[in-house]
Amino acid sequence: MSTEIIVPAAVAFIAGFALYKKVDVFSVFTEGAKEGLRSAVSILPALCFLMTAIGMLRQSGAVEFITEIISPVAEKTGFPAEVIPLAVLRPFSGSGALGYYEELCKNLAPGSFPEKVASVLMGGSETTFYTVAVYYGAIGIKKGRNTVPAALSADFAAAILSVLAVNLLQR
Amino acid sequence: MISIIFGFFGGKIQEVSAAAMEEPLHAAELSLKLLGSLCFWSGIMEVAKQSGIVDLLCRLLKPLLLFVFPALRNEEKALGAISMNLSANLLGLGNAATPLGIAAMRELHKISGFSSAATKEMVCFVVMNTASLQLLPTTVAALRLENGAERPFDILPAVWLVSACSLCIGIAAAKLFYPKGEKE
Repeated sequence: MSTEIIVPAAVAFIAGFALYKKVDVFSVFTEGAKEGLRSAVSILPALCFLMTAIGMLRQSGAVEFITEIISPVAEKTGFPAEVIPLAVLRPFSGSGALGYYEELCKNLAPGSFPEKVASVLMGGSETTFYTVAVYYGAIGIKKGRNTVPAALSADFAAAILSVLAVNLLQR
Repeated sequence: MISIIFGFFGGKIQEVSAAAMEEPLHAAELSLKLLGSLCFWSGIMEVAKQSGIVDLLCRLLKPLLLFVFPALRNEEKALGAISMNLSANLLGLGNAATPLGIAAMRELHKISGFSSAATKEMVCFVVMNTASLQLLPTTVAALRLENGAERPFDILPAVWLVSACSLCIGIAAAKLFYPKGEKE
C-alpha cells in the first residue's frame, strides 16, 4: 500500500527541513521526548480508572441491552440489522468493533448494502470513550462538561448518515 | 459510574468482575505502548516546532481553526499543536495523532490556568478527535479487499461525507451542550 510511505516520509521531511534550517535535531528531539515521557506517566492513573470502568460496562451486557432497545426503531429507518451491534459497539471498543466488522466482512457479500454501511461507519467514526479517557486523563480534567454527550451525538449522527450516504452515493 | 451496576441485573457479574481485574492491566499496557510513541512524536513535534513547520501548517489551517476555536486567536502555541494533531489525523497516523493531541490538550490546559474542568475549546477539540477525520481509512480498505471487494475505496465519498457531517454535528453539539454561565 502506498499509504505505508506516509510515516517515513513525514518524519524524513520534518528532519530534513530541520537540518536545512540548521536546527540541532538530536537535542531538540530529546527535549521534546522528555515532555512526552512526562505526559505518559501522568496519564496512567486516570487511564487505569477510566478503562476499567469502560471495560466493566462493556462486559456487563450494556451493549446488547442498548442494541435490543434500538433495533426495532433502527430497522424501520432502513438501518441494516446486522450493522446495529457495530454501531453500538464502536464508541466503546476499538478492537471489539474491528473484530465485529471483520466478521461482518466475511459473512456479507462484498459491495452489498449492509457491507457498505458497515464499512462507511467503520471509516467514519472513532473509539469515542477511549479518546475522551486518554485526552482528559493526560491533563487531569475531572469535569467533562458534556463532552461525552456531544461526542456520542456525533457518533449517532454518523450511524444515521452512513445509511443515507450509502443510499445517496453508492446506488 | 453508576451505570456499571446495571451489569449486575443482566446476570453477567462474572464477566464484569473479570473486566475489573483485567482492564487495569490493559491500561498499564496501553500507557507503556503510548510511552514509546509519546516520546517519539513529542520529539518530532519539538523538531517540527523549532524548524518552523508547525508555524507553516498553522498558518494553513488557521482560518478553519479560528472558526471552531475563536478564543484561541492569540494562542499560537495551542493552535500549532492542534494543527499538528489535525494533520496527523487526516493522514491516518493514529499513533502520532494521540501524542500530538495530548500535547495540544496540555497547551489548552495551560491557557485555562490548569483548571480541573474542561473548557469549551477542550470539549470541541476532544469531540473533533472522536470523529474520525482520516482521509484514507486504510484498515477498512484492507479488510474489504481481503474479503473480496473489487474496489475497496469506492466507499470513500460516503466516508468523507459522513465524517464531515458528523464532525460538524459534534462540534455544534459540543457548543450547544456546554453548560452556560460557567466560565472560569
